[in-house]
Amino acid sequence: MRSEVTAPVSEGGDERATRKRARSVTEGARTSRALYPRWYWPSFAAPATLWLAVLFVLPFFVVFAVAFGTTDLFGNPLPVYQPWYWSASTFTGTLQRFFGANAFYRPALVRTLVFVPAASLLCLVFGYAIAYYVARHSGRRKGLFLVLLISPFWISYLMRVYAWQGLLQPDGLINKALVAVHLVGTPINWLEGKPLTVILGLVYGYIPYMILPLFGFLDRIDPNLLEAGRDLGASPIKTFLRVTLPLSRQAILAGMVIVALPMFGDYYTNDLLGSTRTAMFGNLIDTAVESPGGGPQAGSLVLMLMVLLIVPLLYYLHSTRKAQEMA
Amino acid sequence: MSAQIGVRRWWRDPWRKPRVLQTLTWGYLAWSIVPVLIAVAFSFNAGRSRSAWQGFSLRWWVGSPTAAESLLYSPDLRTAVVQSLRLSFLTVLIAVPLGTLFAIGIDRWRGRGPGVANFTMLLSFVVPEIILGVALFLAFTYLMRSVVHLGTLAQVLGLVTFQVSYPVIVVRARLLSIGKEFEEAAMDLGAPPTQSIRRVLMPLLYPAIFASAALVFADSIDDFVVVRYLSSTSATEPLSVKIYTAARAAPPPSVNAAASFMLFATLIAITIGFLVYRRITRGERRSAAREFIGFQV
Repeated sequence: MRSEVTAPVSEGGDERATRKRARSVTEGARTSRALYPRWYWPSFAAPATLWLAVLFVLPFFVVFAVAFGTTDLFGNPLPVYQPWYWSASTFTGTLQRFFGANAFYRPALVRTLVFVPAASLLCLVFGYAIAYYVARHSGRRKGLFLVLLISPFWISYLMRVYAWQGLLQPDGLINKALVAVHLVGTPINWLEGKPLTVILGLVYGYIPYMILPLFGFLDRIDPNLLEAGRDLGASPIKTFLRVTLPLSRQAILAGMVIVALPMFGDYYTNDLLGSTRTAMFGNLIDTAVESPGGGPQAGSLVLMLMVLLIVPLLYYLHSTRKAQEMA
Repeated sequence: MSAQIGVRRWWRDPWRKPRVLQTLTWGYLAWSIVPVLIAVAFSFNAGRSRSAWQGFSLRWWVGSPTAAESLLYSPDLRTAVVQSLRLSFLTVLIAVPLGTLFAIGIDRWRGRGPGVANFTMLLSFVVPEIILGVALFLAFTYLMRSVVHLGTLAQVLGLVTFQVSYPVIVVRARLLSIGKEFEEAAMDLGAPPTQSIRRVLMPLLYPAIFASAALVFADSIDDFVVVRYLSSTSATEPLSVKIYTAARAAPPPSVNAAASFMLFATLIAITIGFLVYRRITRGERRSAAREFIGFQV
């Protein structure tokens, strides 16, 4: 194997031709196949690929098998692994809880479809402003700002929501402060299932995931473009609206998807900061999993969530692949 | 009137300092960090309250063995600390080598195979955690019931599945930025493929491997979604799950201490990872902080 690479280099008389040949040997797919046996690189990727096949792809098949399976006499789920025997009774039963006459799952779905867009939008508005400031105006302190912006990543989500839970207690510091400055007469029970609390909790939890990608993008915009706008007589606001904002459309969409995807599966924010009155789609899944024999129900709900999320998921994967190809 | 003109002139001035944005940014940073600091502070509260300061004490951290209410002496919390550390170490030990090899393989492997494998890997990165957790829970309770029991084994398998994409992303970013020249030079000088990987490519990848180990450790110690579904008895519940469960009732400050402990463990892991990273990559003209987090920031 090795001789194939070295031989032409050492034997070639014409130096330029040798260099050309040497380069062609180390470039491109054809030659890497000549250097390495066909199985060489795939074997590196094999263990993780196998892992994902058994512990990621296969479990999804089990979700189908359980959701479309049957139950025994005692109501215990019996998964069915042959698709031709699948029965849709649990699935349609679950669907009826959303859209049927007695639709007691519907409020949770509606809440999810209101809370998540509202929280994502708030993340975008504030996240964009902060990312813009740090990318364009923070000057020599950019490094410090970056560390502070990243720090929420290293503080567990649980800890951050738990911290707010303490502050928002009826006798917590927020209520004490509000009463002290006479904004409210009696303490407000923030944690009794207020949509505002849950939405702000979601914003608090996920906004770092919006700021960083936006910062990364805004930081890379060529300053010459902005100066050109300025030189041609546009006001700063007009430059922003006509140059910066249109350029960042891709980054905005990607950021929205990055924060919205986990919010759709979130159940813990509401568990810690809300009540059943603010339950979301994730809470439905969580309750189903935790109840005995709730497997088929949980499986059906997971499949529905996947259907809901498949378009943003694929969009995100598509856009990251494009970014990778461009890099 | 003149004040109005002044305001308008200030607003129109293209060179004015962006005070509004500056205030907003500092406000955001305070909003995001101060609550956590307050929660840490209350783990040192002398009383049982999470909102009224009753003096400083280490009661909830290392308090009396008889009362068994502190992080150190509560049997419940102590097993949870051990379980947290065990799960995170095992996850790092498995996920980082798996992910690193995958990243190298996918970077060089040509054809249609890598596309499919990479797509699955990215999908495992972006799928909401609850979906993966339920899927694994159902797989382990039905199809693989006789092979994998709920508990530590199931938790580690689940965590590795959820975390393996981290090293892949970080190592691939590094592979892209170092290029192929070093390896090619080694082979031009006569090194066989295996040796050029082991002696040239691997040392260049060490920073990325270290960084992803720190990231995976920090992330798995914080994880509670996958781990909660895959735990069997309360003895296999790590600290994160205990905190989650306690937070839904009336948590004593020992829970603050537990959460603070997790925070410190994470920060220590990240700091060590970052310092090592910066040390190995010194002399390279790149922002260490940015590459470290693996984002293409």
